[in-house]
Amino acid sequence: MKRVYVNEQWCLGCHLCEYYCAFAATNEKDMVRALKGVMIRPRIRIEEKDGISFAVSCRHCDEPLCVKGCITGALTKKDGIITIDRNKCVGCYTCILSCPYGAISPSEDGAVQKCELCIKTVRGTPKCVEGCPNGAIVFEERGE
Amino acid sequence: MNSLKYVIIGNSAAAVGAVEAIRKNDSEGRIVIISSETHHTYSRPLISYLLLGKTDENRMKYRGDSFYSDNKCEFLPGKTVQRIDPEKKQVLLDDGSCESYDKLLIATGSTPFIPPVKGLEKVRNKFTFTTLDDARKLDSALNEGSRVLILGAGLIGLKCAEGISKKKVSTVCVDLSHRVLSSILDDEASEIVKKHLEKNNIRFCLGRQVAEFSDGSAMLDDGTEIPFDVLVTAVGVRPNISLLKDIGGKTNRGIIIDERCRTSIPDIYAAGDCCECRDAASGEMKVMALLPNAYMQGECAGMNMSGADCVFDKAIPMNAIGLFGKHIITAGVYTGEEYHEADEENYKKLFYSNNRLNGFILVGNIEKAGIYTSLIREGTPLDTIDFELICRMPGLMAFSRKERARKLSSMV
Repeated sequence: MKRVYVNEQWCLGCHLCEYYCAFAATNEKDMVRALKGVMIRPRIRIEEKDGISFAVSCRHCDEPLCVKGCITGALTKKDGIITIDRNKCVGCYTCILSCPYGAISPSEDGAVQKCELCIKTVRGTPKCVEGCPNGAIVFEERGE
Repeated sequence: MNSLKYVIIGNSAAAVGAVEAIRKNDSEGRIVIISSETHHTYSRPLISYLLLGKTDENRMKYRGDSFYSDNKCEFLPGKTVQRIDPEKKQVLLDDGSCESYDKLLIATGSTPFIPPVKGLEKVRNKFTFTTLDDARKLDSALNEGSRVLILGAGLIGLKCAEGISKKKVSTVCVDLSHRVLSSILDDEASEIVKKHLEKNNIRFCLGRQVAEFSDGSAMLDDGTEIPFDVLVTAVGVRPNISLLKDIGGKTNRGIIIDERCRTSIPDIYAAGDCCECRDAASGEMKVMALLPNAYMQGECAGMNMSGADCVFDKAIPMNAIGLFGKHIITAGVYTGEEYHEADEENYKKLFYSNNRLNGFILVGNIEKAGIYTSLIREGTPLDTIDFELICRMPGLMAFSRKERARKLSSMV
């Protein structure tokens, strides 16, 4: 099962992953046109302090507390990927209460948002990985 | 190996957790689900969202339409178990039939508590607010301009107040406590939430109780009279423990379960709102009637019923609630030293002692709340993280580089 992993030592703190993430969600062709003047709400977020930086997005946990705690059944895990059914979600934020990584966040329309490995947007490599200039975010198979 | 027969009494989160767990271990055994309600499994906390129009009866199904067939469950809707016979290992239903079991799960939930108030029997338009049928009945009794009196300013009462607000009713909440959400908020947070609710036209009579009802009017203990068209009782719920209590099983306020969700009677498990279990934050036995705990207890019970050895010892009180756009997240117990931040709209308080986070209250800004929850759930020693940083800003930055690497670059 391929997942997104973060190599902290390579992160430049450039925030490009956040822009690529927001871009991927728009399904637009041109990044500048899609994001110019827009306050982005990425599903991957950089944490930074005193020269240290790293990206955090959904870990697609083996024991997903967000899925188990979801009061609507909107969060499900299938084929190793946790997705959100935005039509079912009522925005109660029980998943935000539950996620130990802080990887689920509110969105503009009331439903929550989270990384879905770009399966609803593009095929193949998640956009944040594709856009990372320094190999700090990778999409690969690691020991199960 | 002989195929096992599993009987589950109840059809909500704990029952679903059990079914999903049983089917991980046992694809063949018979599963029978017995439900007093006639509905497909649905999420009870969504009834206020239903009245508000944020969901509908189809979307509020807790699992898809093919849940029972996908999991090879026999679903017996509209039937109530009257008695368990632990000797013969069978349950007796109200239609006179019986079902034998090898492993039994009691997931019977809870029932609204109706306070004994003088004259209550004279009130014709009175409702409770925990089931889909409750919500349908209440909804059909409301008209624009209806005057609604809600007894109880807790989670259920306030979510009800929000739900019915769409109908342009005028709502008064009466609660014995001086605070709204008194079981999960402290004075200051409660005041912020109360003001927010008042801005949204909910009125309160706090620190008061109804001395006497007549049909259409309530007389409070200070002499105030509140005329109303519709009464909603939301002062709390009682765990449904009688099935186990009647056969001598160990109960207190709820059915007592151990960390494997076993009751005191062999091959009988219990999970969800009918139970009492150890609170990992305080160490006390408690009823923690919360959907996430219900699912995880049901799951743990299901694992153990189907032959695995599974422990669930991380139940803590925790709540996420939104009211008229303001979000509140709380968890744990409110003891120890305090870290405190507040402005007009937002409020944060963390409670800690003996190198552990005990609990927290967040109102307004709730981002990354789960990082605090995990500190409580895991009992993380606070001297292994940058506590001063995490107080201000929940994040993984507060953990050591090594711990971060474990969280972000390995399987979790």
